Amino acid sequence: MSDAKTFSLDGVAIEFSDGDTIMDAVLKAGAYIPHLCHNPEFSPHGSCRVCVVNVSGRQVAACTQPAAEGLEVDNSSDAIVEERRNLLQMLFVEGNHVCPGCEKSGACQLQAVAYYTGMLSPHYTHFFPQRSVDASHPDTAIDFNRCILCELCVRASRDVDHKNVFSISGRGIGSHLVINSPGGKLGDSTFSATDKAAHVCPVGAILPKHRGYEQPIGKRLYDRQPVSIVGDVATHESSDQGDSHD
Amino acid sequence: MTHDEVIQSIIASAGTSPEAERPRLLQYLCEIQQQFSHIPGAAITRLAALLQMPESEIYGVISFYSFLHEQARGKYDILLSDSITDHMLGSRILLQLLCNRLGVEPGIPRADGRVSVDTTSCTGICDQGPAMLVNGRVVSQLSDRRIEHICALIETATDVSQWPAEFFLVEDNIRRRDLLLSEETAAITPDGSALRALLDTDGNSVLEVIENSGLRGRGGAGFRTGMKWRFCKQAQADTHYVVCNADEGEPGTFKDRVLLNSYADSVFEGMTLCAGIIGAHRGYLYLRGEYRYLLEPLHAVLQQRRDNGLLGQRILGKDGFDFDIEIHLGAGAYICGEESSLIESLEGKRGIPRIRPPFPVTHGYLNQPTVVNNVETFMAAAKIAALGADWFCQAGTPESTGTKLLSVCGDCERPGIYEYPFGVSIKQVLEDCGAVDTQAVQIAGAAGTTLPVSDSGRRLAFEDVATGGSFMVFNRNRNPLDMVQNFAHFFVHESCGFCTPCRVGGSLLKDLVDKLVNGHATQYDVAEMENISMLMKNASHCGLGTTAPNPVLDLLKRFPKVVEKRLVHSGYEPAFDLDAALQEARDISGRDDAGAHIETRI
Repeated sequence: MSDAKTFSLDGVAIEFSDGDTIMDAVLKAGAYIPHLCHNPEFSPHGSCRVCVVNVSGRQVAACTQPAAEGLEVDNSSDAIVEERRNLLQMLFVEGNHVCPGCEKSGACQLQAVAYYTGMLSPHYTHFFPQRSVDASHPDTAIDFNRCILCELCVRASRDVDHKNVFSISGRGIGSHLVINSPGGKLGDSTFSATDKAAHVCPVGAILPKHRGYEQPIGKRLYDRQPVSIVGDVATHESSDQGDSHD
Repeated sequence: MTHDEVIQSIIASAGTSPEAERPRLLQYLCEIQQQFSHIPGAAITRLAALLQMPESEIYGVISFYSFLHEQARGKYDILLSDSITDHMLGSRILLQLLCNRLGVEPGIPRADGRVSVDTTSCTGICDQGPAMLVNGRVVSQLSDRRIEHICALIETATDVSQWPAEFFLVEDNIRRRDLLLSEETAAITPDGSALRALLDTDGNSVLEVIENSGLRGRGGAGFRTGMKWRFCKQAQADTHYVVCNADEGEPGTFKDRVLLNSYADSVFEGMTLCAGIIGAHRGYLYLRGEYRYLLEPLHAVLQQRRDNGLLGQRILGKDGFDFDIEIHLGAGAYICGEESSLIESLEGKRGIPRIRPPFPVTHGYLNQPTVVNNVETFMAAAKIAALGADWFCQAGTPESTGTKLLSVCGDCERPGIYEYPFGVSIKQVLEDCGAVDTQAVQIAGAAGTTLPVSDSGRRLAFEDVATGGSFMVFNRNRNPLDMVQNFAHFFVHESCGFCTPCRVGGSLLKDLVDKLVNGHATQYDVAEMENISMLMKNASHCGLGTTAPNPVLDLLKRFPKVVEKRLVHSGYEPAFDLDAALQEARDISGRDDAGAHIETRI
């Protein structure tokens, strides 16, 4: 008999080690809790709140909550799924997410998680913010319309690339991603398409240039299997072409 | 001095490493803002080089704090306090008057650069409002006459230092004294009595006294102070810190202003006591930017304590008892009252709340064990160490020992500070402050609880209605909707923007409250408000997001008739207002006649 410590995720025992968050243990066990700002390669962030779970009547973010022996984690009740769906709807109306016209469609984690939670419409009133597209870099384009403020590019550029290309400016609903260069353009920064930061965006905000629709919509990463099976888009090289697990 | 020399004199490096200097970033920015009415690009370049950090990150800090600006404000930068109690005292009309007289639009500096006028969240002068800040200094008791006078002073380019002294008068307005503010024991803690208790015995027995007193945090959350100090003391680390939270941003609260004005000595003694117990050598007072005018007198108190051997090296002659206090300014961010945001801000960063655990008692300022307590808590702790747990427990209830300072304002004859034993009824407070024809009270500020007067039998205590001290009174002429709308806008302005439910949900909620106030909301919108509120409560990252919907939820639950009266009795009304959407076209064409409007309501 194993004496490993466990908690329960919807009645299924999940083993964990000291220092694991609920999310860490669940991902290691091959189970799934929907998430956007979390990427196991980086320290937990807890900003998107999509991984909200109910632990003993209290709602917490699975990505920041330390695992503990005997916890009963509700990851799939109607109430939790409804809250998640509402959070996703909020992200959809906050930015300008036009899936049919987006190169990332089918390999977008925001879209995939929305499908997974059964989101059928944005529900809330659209903000329609005025945001720009930055095509100044030779190899990579940034479409700020699609940024969901997960700060994965901020973390990757700071902690892995050691370049600090991205940061967050503003406050509240005015918070936005900015680029550290004299004119604020990506092309004037030290960013390179080989940077880690170029490969962590869960949505279509940071995209490679000179390639488009190489794989038709309908045959892409999340078109084939749900996000709960294939996981984060960042773990799939060139997943926007949909050729990652051919 | 040239601009560059001024900048250089402000950010004269202490000669330590860039890492060690980084926590000073916000302090540098505050000083530069004060000097130049904005942060010039040259200063940012210099700071980036000195602190070896990206310029974009410095811009990120500037953009986070309301009092810092990339673009120049007017030579006279005026911010009118925009709390609901200021509104009730006529601040909105005064704002209009001010703007008309000076020929400015709110938020936009006048073309000649002379003056800018805008609003700001509660300035903590609610008992003598309406109030405003001019170049960081508080002007109280605004009236038509005072506004006219101010306009004349600005047009004649009279320096703020030459303005009439009575403009800047801020009274303590202490209306009721109990244990803490008692005149009999007033001399006890400033004189080092609490610290002597520490010398006579050892830290542990004084800590036991604090624990036995049952003292709980006065900021509102009510964590047991003795337990917090013990956790911090037990945390193994290179160094420990003591931080006093004087970021009194909760609308309607001003007790810390009074304590720091007249009882700072006791507050500092409480901080020093804590340092002696947990083994800290450095402490910070995080003072909200609105209270900048207290900075000089506070520095004087600190110096006096150093001169008296109550601060600095070898306090009261005891080897190893070294502790000093530095004052850090905030810059207009309510969120920094949350202790982990406050610590981030103290480190010079954007005030984004940290992930907890770990808690500040083990990983606080610079990742070291840190005690963060409210101003009033430190003062109470000092008095307890000197006078004993029994002295403290004579007042209050078993769960909420001692007394609580209330900041009473709104519709009452005698606004000001009232110190009561915990457990006092709301009714009692209303009677004492001269409130008549009361409709509702808002307790603990925007994030607190709205109660109809029929609930005034309830008691102020952690086990009934908990409060950090704000007590706002609304009479029957007021519409509770105005208050809820004010708070909804406040929370959108003050949300840090980190997590989805608070950032987006708060904004959606504000729009729905506006829709309700404007008479366009339906029952569907009410249900929607409830859903968004519950999502914010359940899923937000920090206390701001979880408490921001309280005013809306209280309105729906306790004032259903007020809501009902404003509802449109149809199943659905679009949020999109066709007539309002034509405003831009009207502005462009300069028309505002009937033909330029669409009849949207029947």
